[in-house]
Amino acid sequence: MMGFQIVVLWSDVLVWLLLASGIGVGVLIARSPPLLAAWRRVGASRAGMASATVLLAFLCVGLLDSLHYRVALDGKPGDKTQYAIEVLSVLDALVGPLRTENEKTYSAPFATHLYAKETVDRPGLGTVREFPRLKFGGAHLDDPATLADDVGVTAFRSVALVTLGWLALAGVVALRCGGWRAVWRGETAFAWNAVLATLAVILLVLVPLFALAGQYHVFGTDKVGQDVLYQIFKSVRTALIIGLVTTLVMLPVAVLLGIVAGYFRGWVDDLIQYLYTVLNSIPGVLLIAAAVLMMQVVIDSHPEWFATAAERADLRLLALCFILGITSWTGLCRLLRGETLKLRELEYIQAAQAFGVSNWRIILRHILPNLMHIVIIALVMDFSGLVLAEAVLSYVGIGVDPTMTSFGTMINNARMELGREPVVWWSLVAAFSAMFILVLAANLFADAVRDAFDPRVA
Amino acid sequence: MLAYIVRRLLYAIPILIGVNLITFALFFIVNTPDDMARMQLGIKRVTPEAIEKWKAERGYDKPLFINSAAPGLSTVTETIFFEKSARMFVGEFGRAEDGRDIAREIGARMGPSLAIALPTFILGLFVTVSLALILAFFRATAFDFWGVVLCVAAMSISGLFYIIGGQYLIAKVWKLVPISGFGDGLDAWRFLILPVFIGVLSGIGSSTRWYRTIFLEEVSKDYVRTARAKGLPETIVFFRHILRNALIPILTGVVVVIPLLFMGSLLTESFFGIPGLGSYTIDAIQAQDFAVVRSMVFIGSVLYIVGLILTDISYTLVDPRIRFS
Amino acid sequence: MMLEVTDLRLGFAAGRRTLLAVDGISFTISRGETFALLGESGCGKSATAQGLMRLLPAAGRIVGGSVSLDGEDLLALAEADMRGWRGRRMAMIFQEPATSLNPVLTVGRQIGEVLERHLGLAGAAARERMLDLLRQVGIADPERRLDEYPFQLSGGMKQRVMIAIALAGEPELLIADEPTTALDVTVQAQILDLLAKLQVDRGMGMLLITHDLGVVARMAHRIGVMYAGELVEVASREDFFTTPRHPYTQALFAALPEVSRRGTVLTTIPGQVPSLAAMPAGCRFAERCPQVMPVCRERSPEWREATPGHAVRCHWQGTTAAAEKSPDFTVDRKISEKSELLTVSDLKVHFPIRKGILQRTVGHVFAVDGVSLTISPGRTLALVGESGCGKTTVGKALLQLIPPTSGSVRLAGEELVGLRGRRLRAVRRHLQMIFQDPFASLNPRLRIGEIIAEGIGALAAAPAGQAPAAVRALLQQVGLPDDAVDRYPHEFSGGQRQRIAIARALAVQPELLVCDEPTSALDVSVQAQILNLLKQLQAELGVAYLFITHNFAVVEYLAHDVAVMYLGRIVEQGRAEEVLENPRHPYTQALLSAVPVPRLDGGEGRIRLGGETPSPASPPTGCHFHPRCPKATAVCRERYPERTAVSATHAVNCHWVA
Repeated sequence: MMGFQIVVLWSDVLVWLLLASGIGVGVLIARSPPLLAAWRRVGASRAGMASATVLLAFLCVGLLDSLHYRVALDGKPGDKTQYAIEVLSVLDALVGPLRTENEKTYSAPFATHLYAKETVDRPGLGTVREFPRLKFGGAHLDDPATLADDVGVTAFRSVALVTLGWLALAGVVALRCGGWRAVWRGETAFAWNAVLATLAVILLVLVPLFALAGQYHVFGTDKVGQDVLYQIFKSVRTALIIGLVTTLVMLPVAVLLGIVAGYFRGWVDDLIQYLYTVLNSIPGVLLIAAAVLMMQVVIDSHPEWFATAAERADLRLLALCFILGITSWTGLCRLLRGETLKLRELEYIQAAQAFGVSNWRIILRHILPNLMHIVIIALVMDFSGLVLAEAVLSYVGIGVDPTMTSFGTMINNARMELGREPVVWWSLVAAFSAMFILVLAANLFADAVRDAFDPRVA
Repeated sequence: MLAYIVRRLLYAIPILIGVNLITFALFFIVNTPDDMARMQLGIKRVTPEAIEKWKAERGYDKPLFINSAAPGLSTVTETIFFEKSARMFVGEFGRAEDGRDIAREIGARMGPSLAIALPTFILGLFVTVSLALILAFFRATAFDFWGVVLCVAAMSISGLFYIIGGQYLIAKVWKLVPISGFGDGLDAWRFLILPVFIGVLSGIGSSTRWYRTIFLEEVSKDYVRTARAKGLPETIVFFRHILRNALIPILTGVVVVIPLLFMGSLLTESFFGIPGLGSYTIDAIQAQDFAVVRSMVFIGSVLYIVGLILTDISYTLVDPRIRFS
Repeated sequence: MMLEVTDLRLGFAAGRRTLLAVDGISFTISRGETFALLGESGCGKSATAQGLMRLLPAAGRIVGGSVSLDGEDLLALAEADMRGWRGRRMAMIFQEPATSLNPVLTVGRQIGEVLERHLGLAGAAARERMLDLLRQVGIADPERRLDEYPFQLSGGMKQRVMIAIALAGEPELLIADEPTTALDVTVQAQILDLLAKLQVDRGMGMLLITHDLGVVARMAHRIGVMYAGELVEVASREDFFTTPRHPYTQALFAALPEVSRRGTVLTTIPGQVPSLAAMPAGCRFAERCPQVMPVCRERSPEWREATPGHAVRCHWQGTTAAAEKSPDFTVDRKISEKSELLTVSDLKVHFPIRKGILQRTVGHVFAVDGVSLTISPGRTLALVGESGCGKTTVGKALLQLIPPTSGSVRLAGEELVGLRGRRLRAVRRHLQMIFQDPFASLNPRLRIGEIIAEGIGALAAAPAGQAPAAVRALLQQVGLPDDAVDRYPHEFSGGQRQRIAIARALAVQPELLVCDEPTSALDVSVQAQILNLLKQLQAELGVAYLFITHNFAVVEYLAHDVAVMYLGRIVEQGRAEEVLENPRHPYTQALLSAVPVPRLDGGEGRIRLGGETPSPASPPTGCHFHPRCPKATAVCRERYPERTAVSATHAVNCHWVA
């Protein structure tokens, strides 16, 4: 049994904290019927639930990738155990071979041979230039020509497995929700039909992919021979952290300042308005660029802070989240200020004032709960924008640490590949597609949430 | 109305000062000039002498705010704050790492930036407003539904994909236009057409959807019902009544970015090798040329504030409620 | 018959179902006739009007029936052909003049559109016609108004412009959907006069949608009463007001507050209008009907012609309800009129107007400009005035919700102006407020129990631990079930919400309640319930009311004392019977005579006021009322009149009286 040491990265702490607070908020919502009713409307939306299912799949990957550890190195018994410098996550352990089975350089999806010719010594033939067999991809095949059959058989087996599993699941749902017909026709209060259909698609794509990923590089390999599918998995966590942590960083600031400005007005309002106008007037990318450049200097001049490269990359990721948060709270703040200005004139606030209820209590009891829908809408709406922004920033060189896998760094590393002859397309296509699916799901979910919480918007 | 505009102009001054202070704090207080010098010089060449030399060459060897060593007024002027930050107000940006004058470089690069940004902006606005109008006209039909679905899909695609994919397909595979570069005079259009096209395309999803929401908000207003009760055809209801009212919120979002067009687009310019301000900024960021980044931050804020003032003015032109009160 | 509506059914799509808002109504209108559709909110009267024009909102569907105008079936026309009828043969005016005009087009443009579309008029000829139209609807200085934008016009003028737009196509049928509901009573009188005159001049047919029996009495030739999507009674004006037959119509009349019913309990209609989704199979009014019979719940009644031209949809054959004498409120407590609970003297609330580069104060809105009042324990003082006169500001300034600029408010001898913190909170136990809009006055995120307990908690009005019991007692007191405690505001109707608001205010056992138009957002039958409740609470608890309202019927029914406000000042005050029966100020007189009376004989010797209330930012010199006053003289233009005592309790600020 190999020993290991649990490594808790700061971002892990935040991720699990987020999950915990998410569950906590869920419990609170269940106790407040108006909010629960709004979420029920989200639950009834088919597009919303289908996209939520997709998001949940991404979230699982991200969570698995947020439990980190370091493996103990083999040493003589009695020595103090040494741990590997490399920080791994549970996800790495689960996908095992994907991480370790690296080829020499590019190989196409499902290839058995490398993408570049090499000079090989062939006994009896002398040195020849040819496409060598891959070390891992399709290595179990005696004859590469049988590739299609092998893939077909494996895929068919897993599809059959998926079908059985899905039918069982659907059966359970149908039993509990009043029959198959009701579920299928969308007569259940919760959009089970959308969830089941999406689940079927996800399983039909992912399970065969997994089954094949053990023997092939299903999405090919990149320049240094690393499996692209593995990189996609690793990118998910980065995207989720950028999308969620950023909003949560700016949320308290935006909510507090927005409400205070709108409720108290006067010089407090002037000051807060001045603050966000100033921040707003610096073009976002430039402010981020300036801040990130400065952060880089700080990080570079303090190498002693970080035990491992992963910790450094992690801190840089969090710093990026903070910078994005600081530059993006102004919009929500202005929105909340405007809404508070309207709310404070409402009669129930005046009734509370007539009872002499204190200002902070009015804010907590009467104003904040009636702004929650705006906050929730902002939270889900910002997510997709931030995921897209990460790619651009990483491309410009002011995003995440270059050693950290993200959609942005993947695209950045692969950007010259379309210029090659023959073209290497799979890294880019894989990264863009994964990002597209994540962002599309987030956008659709955000729409469903907005429709449910804000019936005014069509 | 004039008093209103003058007031907005006066309000711009404290904001610019605020921006200036923030950038100064970011560039000189979060990190000392020594840190920057170490980073620029690289680990191998760092010696105390090299750092001093690096700082002296760039004028970073002075105190931050108050130079007690200097006589008279120079206690304030012979400082980093005055020379590097306050002087930006009169358009003196200093020199870049490569020794060129930043103000001059900016002047030369504005042209190419505008050549891309302006057509993209105008064409994009025209296309998205028209599409939104069509969607709103056919609201609550299958056409509208699928239009919105397409918009959501389009806005879920990374901007990088539009550029990389477009460049690959149109310039490399179909060879319709040169992949990148920039030419002078009339020849320039061959280089401009692709980035403009891609710029318009990448904005369609989100803008169309946004404008559609604005139109739909107007459609449900009471005055629209009045217009219909007059027996007016739907086209007149849309173009005379709804479009005119919807222009007001659209204007607020649009006018503010017009001055920022001078800044160019970071991604487009760097991908298509256009020698504008966008690629200048990107190069500076990648080369960690702090002087250039600082200057661009300042110019960007000035342009944004000009945009705010223009928005106020355009409001008074479009909305009679403001014009006459 | 010019217009024949037969078995019209229309509804709104809700999910996969269509909920019928109007279920098979038939009526006719002939040329030169005004037919009024009368009903409470949600009965389907506005949907009917929009259905006739085929202008239903997006979710609206016409399910069946026919509408024929001059023999042409409108529902069978293609949409493009229908446009030729809208604005030309039939025109419509709407309830909200403020939002019904396009804010960015000039008045001339908006009228000109109709002329161009339907009459092919353009250029000078069109302009001439527009000026003519504006003159016809009584707009002074039409040349200037033509080039103005709607925001430059007052509310009444906007509605006149709407009428001009409707008349531009010279329609045969004018549909007026609550045309005066959003207007002040003096302006309402002007607009009703105008509509009546235009209708006679042009011989138009008019469909008038309203909820106001007074408006019906003033305008209608024939009346149709709607209830829950059905017509229940159609009668000529005379029949309708002398012998209403349907129990619902009778109940509507009985629920009206008026002088003769002072001190008695108003008749109310129990229960609520059934929801569209759950219409009963039998008579829709059965659940609330005092005359209900078993057959009513089984079978929907057929139309029955009681007398020629008077049809009613009811199984009950009787004519008048058994004349039960309404019970009186048992105790009218012995009230010592001498003692004063609240004394307000020379209260002023001025809001600064800031302008210019430095936002200097260039003037003030004189919202409240020297108001003096006294309220005695257990009595009701009605503060009456039109919108913008500052009456709501007075109410809020009393509670120190708006800090007064100057003056004094003394509650049982203690000065409130300038109080802060704990001392102010201590005083607030004695003084509470009920607001106008029952939908905005309850926090939608709190349970009813929490809402009512808020005041108890904040002011420590009940010993700790007894709050739940106190809340239940309060709910019982205002007539709500115990289980309301754990429910949320959205589960309650407007009247029930107003009861909750009253319970919340009563929770701290105040001696004075400021009621800011508590019934103006409610239907007549619900209004009666709330008025009864307020009266009963006064009898039981001895609480005094400052009742802010614009509705004279409510004043007549409820008030002991009356103060009339105009432009931030009180112009007349005294005992209710003195002011109402012997008004001395020309404004009070005009206000009283402008109220449409729900009787056949109402409306003789009407005094009509011209113009509208000026802005409180620049009140006229001298007497504020002189520009509209029929009795104004030179002195009125120069000097604000002193207070003149007519009797020991009745005082007027008017030169003409003095």
